[in-house]
Amino acid sequence: MDLFEHQAKELFADYGIPVPRGIVAHTVEEVRAAAEQLTGRVVVKAQVKTGGRGKAGGVKVADDAADAVAKATDILGMDIKGHTVHKVLVEEASAIAEEYYFSFLLDRANRTFLAICSAAGGMDIEEVAHSAPEKVAKVPVSALTGVDRAKAREIAVAGGLPEKSLDGAAELIEKLWCCFVDEDASLVEVNPMILSADGQVKALDGKVTLDDNATFRQADHEKFADKAAEDPLEAAAKEKDLNYVKLDGNVGIIGNGAGLVMSTLDVVAYAGEAFPGQPKPANFLDIGGGASAEVMAAGLEIILSDVAVKSIFVNVFGGITACDAVANGIVAAFKLLEERGEAVTRPLVVRLDGNNALLGRQILRDAGLKGVELVDTMDDAAKRAAELAAVGA
Amino acid sequence: MAIWLTENSKIIVQGMTGGEGTKHAKRMLASGARVVGGVNARKAGTTHLDLPVFGTVKEAMEQTGADVSVVFVPPAFTKDAVIEAIDAGIPLCVVITEGVPVHDTTAFWAYAVAKGNKTRIIGPNCPGIASPGASNAGIIPADITTAGRIGLVSKSGTLTYQLMYELRDFGFSTAVGIGGDPVIGTTHIDALQAFQEDPGTDAIVMIGEIGGDAEERAAAYIEQHVTKPVVAYVAGFTAPEGKTMGHAGAIVSGSAGTAQAKKEALEKVGVRVGKTPSETARLMREIMQSR
Repeated sequence: MDLFEHQAKELFADYGIPVPRGIVAHTVEEVRAAAEQLTGRVVVKAQVKTGGRGKAGGVKVADDAADAVAKATDILGMDIKGHTVHKVLVEEASAIAEEYYFSFLLDRANRTFLAICSAAGGMDIEEVAHSAPEKVAKVPVSALTGVDRAKAREIAVAGGLPEKSLDGAAELIEKLWCCFVDEDASLVEVNPMILSADGQVKALDGKVTLDDNATFRQADHEKFADKAAEDPLEAAAKEKDLNYVKLDGNVGIIGNGAGLVMSTLDVVAYAGEAFPGQPKPANFLDIGGGASAEVMAAGLEIILSDVAVKSIFVNVFGGITACDAVANGIVAAFKLLEERGEAVTRPLVVRLDGNNALLGRQILRDAGLKGVELVDTMDDAAKRAAELAAVGA
Repeated sequence: MAIWLTENSKIIVQGMTGGEGTKHAKRMLASGARVVGGVNARKAGTTHLDLPVFGTVKEAMEQTGADVSVVFVPPAFTKDAVIEAIDAGIPLCVVITEGVPVHDTTAFWAYAVAKGNKTRIIGPNCPGIASPGASNAGIIPADITTAGRIGLVSKSGTLTYQLMYELRDFGFSTAVGIGGDPVIGTTHIDALQAFQEDPGTDAIVMIGEIGGDAEERAAAYIEQHVTKPVVAYVAGFTAPEGKTMGHAGAIVSGSAGTAQAKKEALEKVGVRVGKTPSETARLMREIMQSR
């Protein structure tokens, strides 16, 4: 889960990391109140989960409350890389002497953590990393030994930070490491980390990614969930513990195993190229190992509530899962949905292979469900599902 | 022949008394694998599935001569279980558990490295390793394929089964599911190296998916070190940027990590890449038939 800047800064503040005073505002009235409360010059910052806000005009300095309102009027509702700005952070303006870059992140390739530090921070850090990589220090950090004050100082020195900033930076970096570990983050980034005119090292921005696998021991992370921005279908699927991602096509997809479902999306997209309107996958849905009638019904229900869906492709390879159980799940799901008055009326293409496939196919044939077609191979089934979506379009 | 897991492998199951552990220990036994015991500190001294339950991995190894551990304990306890296996010095530890926090995986990996990499870790969040006809450590169904001379390494469980099934007439030396998490123990490269050195393997199927750059690094390794034919499949060509699809590692951010980039990197070093799992199986079929 990615956090908004204001959430990241709230988290930083909990760890004693210096951040500017700020107030979140959703309307221009709230912006005015926030700016009046903070007094003096303020910065109005768009809260969207994407980079390049500054360059897109989503971060503006305002001289007073009236000016803040004017700036916020432009920023609220703005589109930044496909993200609509629904809220801004109004923050006291900082007198910046120098700008640095700092982050801790997961280094997948080396299976360790990495600290990245540079004295050349700010909006152009990616350009610096590209054109002058020697100015950006990458220091591996062991999960076993971590970062103490001495290690933090070593990283700051490697990043080329000047002597006058080292004490403050080392303190901030050490605290940021605690935040990174204790919160189960896979990224904490501060860009810029500044030296203020009065000699303080502060986090002027914050980007945090939290590990969803750690939810079991990070109960309070739920407060960061952005329920408003969640797709309603994705939210409904989450309620039912389904692994569902909404996409923009019209062929509903149900499969077992993340890799197989991803592969199914590709195969359907290829198959769709040959048909009018080029049908594409409408979703990712992994029903995992169980594939019980309840899970199948819940999955079908979510997919059928997507009005864009014209046909559905159920693609199951029975490894641990037995295909007869999947077939029974489909039959029971049809019944369950019919009883609820939500009978399945859109065509369903089913491909069952592997463990007990013959038995599973027989169960479906015997059930004679309307609109259900059995196709032997994944490629042919994808073609048929795409064709049906094209006909129904 | 096979890599890492043979008919002589003696397997213990960490978390054997739990639901998943019980179910899959039974399946492993039914497939003929030599499961010799389980580990659960709270049930030490008892028996389960007619097998002894030990208090520690160390004790289980001393008593049974086990050299493989399969881990089914819940995510909250996985790190401690793997560290215990490393401390006991078991040669192979297969971590099936899904949903392990990445800080825990990174910690047990660092621990394994600090202890001199004496324990090969496969996973987490993986289906395990199977050498058809010889042994089976994990949850890969034993009966979907036969023993043969193809080696397979994959990030995805069900795609592994799909390919094993499609190529069941040729059969497999060993199939290794390395898992789809951002940090994993055994990598594509480790498996490629082992298959290259294995006299029982003639050709290799490699299955990857979006996210990270493991496939690109595997391509560079193949160019330098692998002379056996390799065919590959990459899932996730049409996956949107920035969305996680089941595998925590399968997320594309920016231009790196895309399926297209991985395909190009592999094709550049002479690896044939199938557009679909079935086409991938066809490419391997051609190679095996021409031998």
